[in-house]
Amino acid sequence: MWLGLEPRGQRSAFWTYGSPVLALLLTVVTAAIIFAALGQDPAEALWTFLIEPLTSASGLPELFVKAAPLILIGVGLSIGFRANVWNIGAEGQFTLGAIFGGWLALRVGEGSGWWIFPAMLLLSILGGMIWAAIPAFLKTRFNANEILTSLMLTYVAQLLLLYLVTGPWKDPEGYGFPQTAMFGDGATAPILIPETRLHLGVLIALAAALLGWLILSKSLLGFQLRVLGSAPRAARFAGFSEAGLIWLSLLLGGGLAGLAGLFEVAGPIGQLTPSISPGYGFTAIIVAFLGRLHPLGVVLAGLVLALSYLGGEAAQIDLGLPNAVTGIFQGILLFYLLGCDVLILYRLRLGRKQPPAKHLREASR
Amino acid sequence: MTDSRKTAEAAGATPLLQLDGILKQFPGCLANDHVDLTLMPGEIHALLGENGAGKSTLVKIIYGVQEPDAGQIRWQGATVQIANPAQARRLGIGMVFQHFSLFESLTVAENIALGISDARQRKGLRSRIAEISRSYGLLLDPDRAVHELSVGERQRVEIVRCLLQEPRLLIMDEPTSVLTPQEVDKLFDTLRRLAAEGCAILYISHKLEEIRALCHEATIMRQGKVVATCDPRHETAEHLAELMIGSRVSAPDRPASSQEEKPVMLEVSHLSLKSDRQFGIDLKDISFTVRGGEILGIGGVAGNGQSELMAALSGETLVNTADAIRINDVAAGRLGPAQRRLLGACFVPEERNGHGAVSAFSLTDNAFLSAFRRRSLTRLGLIEGEKTRRFADDIIRLFDVRGRGVRAEARSLSGGNLQKFIVGREILQRPDLLVVAQPTWGVDAGAAAAIHQALIDLAAQGAGIVIISQDLDEILLLCQRIAVINLGSLSAPRPVGEVTVEQIGLLMGGVHGAPPQEQIKGEQPRVART
Repeated sequence: MWLGLEPRGQRSAFWTYGSPVLALLLTVVTAAIIFAALGQDPAEALWTFLIEPLTSASGLPELFVKAAPLILIGVGLSIGFRANVWNIGAEGQFTLGAIFGGWLALRVGEGSGWWIFPAMLLLSILGGMIWAAIPAFLKTRFNANEILTSLMLTYVAQLLLLYLVTGPWKDPEGYGFPQTAMFGDGATAPILIPETRLHLGVLIALAAALLGWLILSKSLLGFQLRVLGSAPRAARFAGFSEAGLIWLSLLLGGGLAGLAGLFEVAGPIGQLTPSISPGYGFTAIIVAFLGRLHPLGVVLAGLVLALSYLGGEAAQIDLGLPNAVTGIFQGILLFYLLGCDVLILYRLRLGRKQPPAKHLREASR
Repeated sequence: MTDSRKTAEAAGATPLLQLDGILKQFPGCLANDHVDLTLMPGEIHALLGENGAGKSTLVKIIYGVQEPDAGQIRWQGATVQIANPAQARRLGIGMVFQHFSLFESLTVAENIALGISDARQRKGLRSRIAEISRSYGLLLDPDRAVHELSVGERQRVEIVRCLLQEPRLLIMDEPTSVLTPQEVDKLFDTLRRLAAEGCAILYISHKLEEIRALCHEATIMRQGKVVATCDPRHETAEHLAELMIGSRVSAPDRPASSQEEKPVMLEVSHLSLKSDRQFGIDLKDISFTVRGGEILGIGGVAGNGQSELMAALSGETLVNTADAIRINDVAAGRLGPAQRRLLGACFVPEERNGHGAVSAFSLTDNAFLSAFRRRSLTRLGLIEGEKTRRFADDIIRLFDVRGRGVRAEARSLSGGNLQKFIVGREILQRPDLLVVAQPTWGVDAGAAAAIHQALIDLAAQGAGIVIISQDLDEILLLCQRIAVINLGSLSAPRPVGEVTVEQIGLLMGGVHGAPPQEQIKGEQPRVART
C-alpha cells in the first residue's frame, strides 16, 4: 500500500476552513497523549486545561482580556501577511507601545484629565510604529529581510524596557524591585463591566477586527495589499507602489501591536515590569494563521489561543504542571496547522504506486 | 502509411519505439487518451497539435518524466517501463526541452560535464564536444560562458549534450520557436544528417510549413487523442491545420492602411536603459513612433531586450529622461504605470498568470486590477462591487471568454480564454495606445484569431498599437510596419511590404558576430582550434 499526495489543481474551499478545525482536534488528541505520559488522567487534565477556566464567573471576561492583545496584534499581522510582509517582531512593537504610553502615565502620576488616556493610546501607537518603521526602512531602502530585522529588534526592545524599569524609571518606593510605580487612575484603561478586568481594549480589538475586515475585503487599499501578496509583478503592472504598501503594512501592524502593549500595562498589569507579555506578539502569529489571515477569523483564533493561556495557568495550579504547557500546546497547534494546510492544495491518495494497467484501462473505457 | 515505411516494415524492420494505448489522466483533464504511435529508425516524425493537445505529456512519458496510467511502451520490440529520465537516456533516448537548463555563468564544456554522472566519461570531453559539433555542423566554442551565447547557440549546447550519449531517438520540443529563419535552416540540416545515420527524431511543433519541409511522418493530436497520421510532405498546410484544429480558422481582415496622417500616440526617442538584472539586456538608443490607427510590430528572438522594452514602455521600469517616452504628447518616462494609463495607454504583458492577471483572484477582481482608474470603479477608497462585476461580465460577453463566469479564478481558465479576457480588459478601456507583448503565445488557434481581429478593430477605431512578438507570421499578418530588436537595439521600422523574411532574419541574428552562413564557409570553424 502507498500513501501519496495528489495535486487538486485548485484550492479546496472546504479544507481552507476545515484545516484549522482538524488541526485543533489533532492538537487536543496529542495534548491528551502528553498529559497521559506525564502521569495525569488525560480526560481530567483536558477538562482542567480547556473547560474549567471558562466555568467560573470571571472565566469568560478573562478569556476576552487575554484575547484582546492577541486579536489586536493578529489583525495587524494578517493584513501584512496578506501582502507577504512578514512582521515577526510584533512582540517588540508591543513593548515599545507600552514604554511610550507608560512614559506619559508616569509623567502625570496621580494627576487627572480626560485627555491623559487618549494621549497614551496615541503615544503607544506611535511607539509601535517607530519600532516597525526600522524594518520598513531597511527593507525598502536596502532590501533587508524584514523577518530577521523585526525579530532581532524584539530583543532590543526587551533590553530597553529592562534598562528603564531597573534604571531611570524604577519606582523609588518599590523596595528595589525592577518595576515602575503603579499608573494613576487617570492613566488606567476604563473597565467595561464592574468586578471584572474586562477593559476598553477588548472593545477596541473587536472594532479593529471589523475595520480590518472592511479594509481587506472592500477597499482599494486592501485590494492592493492582496495583489502584492499574491502576485508582486501584477501589483507592479497595475501601478501599485510596493514600497508604500510595505511601509503601510509594517506601520499598521506596529501601531496595533503598540496599542495592545499599552492596554496590557494600563489594564491588567497597571505598571511597567520587565515581563509585560507572555509572548503575545509571537502567539499572535499563530492566531493570524489559525484565523486564515481573515480579521474575523482572527477573533475566533484569538479566543482559542487565549484559552491556552488560561488553561496553562489552571494546569499549573490544579495539576502542578509547568507553565510550559501553554507553549507546548501552541507549538503543537502551529505544527498541525501547517501540516493540515497541505490538504488545501493536495488530496491524500491511498493505493498502489503502480496502478494495474489492465484494470484501469477497462475502467476507463 | 507512406512508401518508405511500407518498405521498411516489409523488410521486417523492428520499430524503434511503439506506444500502445497510452493513457494519462490529470485532475480535470484526460491528457493522453489511448495514444498509439510507431517510430521507425531514421525517421523524422512530427508530433503535431495545438497547445494543450497532449503532446508534451506524451513525450514526458517517453522520456520517463511522467508515468502513464495505462498503456504499453515497446523499445526495439521489447516492453519497457521507463521510470525516470536517466533510464530513458540509458535506453538511448535524448531530449531537447523548450526551456533550456543551463548555468549562465559556466562555460559550454562545464555545462555539458555537469550532465554526465560517470566520471570516466568526462575524460576527453572537450575533444568529443569539438568532434560532434564539427561533424554535425553545430558550431560551438567549449570555452565560452553560456551567458554570452545567443539562444540558438544555447540550443546547440543542449543538442550536443544529447548527442554525446549517442541516442537512438532524439526528441525535440518546439525547437524553432527561439530561432531565426537562418538558424532554423541549419538546425534542419543537422537533424537530416542525424536521421540519415539512423537516429529517429520525434519533432514536436505546431508550425505546419516546417513540418512539411522536414518530417517523413506526422501524428496529429487533438484534445489528448490521435486524430490522424499522415505523410506531411503530401498534405497541404491548410489540411494539416484543419486536422489539428478541427475546424477552419479564418484569417483576420487586413487592416486598411489609411493615407491621412493621424496624431502620434507614442513617441520613443533615444531610449537607453541599463538592465538592473544580471545577464539582463540593456536597451540602447531606441527610437520609433506610433500613430493612431497604426500597428507596429517589434520582432526578434527571445531574450534580446523585449521584456526590458515592455517594462520601460509600461512604466514598470522608469527611464532616466522623461522625454524619452511621450504618450499622447506628454513626457511619460518618469511616470509609473498608473499615470501612463491615465494618459491613455494600456498594456498586455507577456506573462498571463502572475503579471497580467492574479491567478488566485476571480475574474471580477482581475477586471478591477488594471481598469479601476480608467473605468472609475472605486468610490471613497472602496471598491464598487456591482459596477466591477458588470465590467467583468462585459469583457466575458464581448470577448467570448469561456469559463465559469465572473467568479471563476483566473487560473481555472485555459490560456486562450484568459488571454482573451486580459486583452478584452485593456481594449474595453478604450486606450489611445495599446502595447501588447506576445498576444497569442500559447493560445489556441481560435482564440488567437479572435485576439488578432480585436487588435485590428481597435486600430481601425484610431488607437495606436505596438505588438512585441517572437512570432514573425503574426507580425506579418497584423502590422503595417516592422522593426527588429536585437541585443537591446532596435532596427529602423520599415513597411512590412518592403522587407523579405530573409532580411528580417538577418536583422534578428545579425549582431551576434558574423551572420551564420559566413561562419560555415570558413575552413576552420572556431571550435576546431581548441
